[in-house]
Amino acid sequence: MKKILTRMGDGERMEMNLDELREELLEGTLDAARRGKIPALSQDELDCLFDIFVQSNKIVSVEPGNEVVLTHDIGTLRVMGDQANSGVGIPLSRIQGILVHERAFGADTMELGHIDYSFKPVKPIISMEQQEMENALLCTIIPLFYGAMPNLGTYYRPDGPFGNPSDLLPLGKIKEAREAQEEAVEHAVRDMIYIGKKMSAVGADGLNFDTTGAAGDADFKATLHAIEELKKTTDLTIEVGMAGEFVLGIHGGFEYEGQRLAGLYPHQQVKLVQKAGADIFGPVVNTNTSKSMPWNLARAVTFVKACVEASEIPIHVNMGMGVGGSPVFETPPIDSVTRASKAMVEIAKVDGL
Amino acid sequence: MPIAHMMAAGMGGIRAAGDLVARMQMSRKMRIREAKAYVAEKLKVSPADLSNEHVMREVREDLDIGIITSVPGSAKGIEAKARIAQLLDIEINSVKRLMEKIK
Repeated sequence: MKKILTRMGDGERMEMNLDELREELLEGTLDAARRGKIPALSQDELDCLFDIFVQSNKIVSVEPGNEVVLTHDIGTLRVMGDQANSGVGIPLSRIQGILVHERAFGADTMELGHIDYSFKPVKPIISMEQQEMENALLCTIIPLFYGAMPNLGTYYRPDGPFGNPSDLLPLGKIKEAREAQEEAVEHAVRDMIYIGKKMSAVGADGLNFDTTGAAGDADFKATLHAIEELKKTTDLTIEVGMAGEFVLGIHGGFEYEGQRLAGLYPHQQVKLVQKAGADIFGPVVNTNTSKSMPWNLARAVTFVKACVEASEIPIHVNMGMGVGGSPVFETPPIDSVTRASKAMVEIAKVDGL
Repeated sequence: MPIAHMMAAGMGGIRAAGDLVARMQMSRKMRIREAKAYVAEKLKVSPADLSNEHVMREVREDLDIGIITSVPGSAKGIEAKARIAQLLDIEINSVKRLMEKIK
């Protein structure tokens, strides 16, 4: 029987026969359907995915006319940053990095971000960031976001002033852990609004909240409240990119507009994000390194398709390393990455990546 | 890796009309089809032409809204954005700021 070359979720190459491929695709979509309580992919959609994987070319692409737009996270750190920032260590300035994206890479939009890519560290040096944004806006044509992570972890000891839930919870101090998160939310909201308003004042096109929910439901709650205020008081486009496929209930009791945040999947997350007023939503589906890429991609497309259908705002699916059907590998193999791109655009019907 | 996504599925930014379609998603929350239809109408091209570099290079040059190669005299940076804002009938924050500064 014919075999295809594909990969595991960690990027390792493997072979699979066509029956195994069909089985993996079906199991992947059923896993998403069961967890998210959403429809599995139809037979037609599974057949499209099958066709994508059996193509013998290394690189695949969308059909002409189906192209979408891309927004970015991490700013220019992917060029001048170190490995920890997924960077390749080319010593460019941030403005040079943005221009390289605009003029050499064909980026539709771009992002300016601080080397310490969280909101809290930006606050004391905001005028430096404003200055950089001002200069970048004068010499660029494509839309420019300012990006940072809510990263509530920076508000907990030892980096911040509040008790650390990771230390308190194992000691059974649930009440203290919750109180620490509640205090951190208040401060994070204040800081994110401050930074957003400063960026708006210098003419930034938008603000990107990257890896929202990374520190659990408190992180998500803080972001939603910051968005509310920024949409009322500025002209910024707000993009929200998530950290994981469901919101961890580290606090467990946080709600927004009567909806508990813990345990929400992308098709539920987007409802709250658009209620808060955001303009673009970036869902995440995590790649399982113990499963094949066909399994992972079928699963990811199932979740994202449900999110696209539930949304009234553009969906730009996160497709960096380890998410959105991309392998968990520092240099994700292009055969997997391009198959994921095509599937997300032509089956999940995303508005962008 | 973003380059792989751009080549496989992206509109190509100012090589074509990717920045313009992105601006409609950003300023009016338009979904991809709606954003392409809007921009296509403003540029008087078909939605399929928006990702065709052969068409869009000439359109962008004629409208002077920024092109990917550096041609002396062609609109760059904030100049191009000012023309894009007029063309698409949208507000661009940095252009608005410039207008306020020179009032």
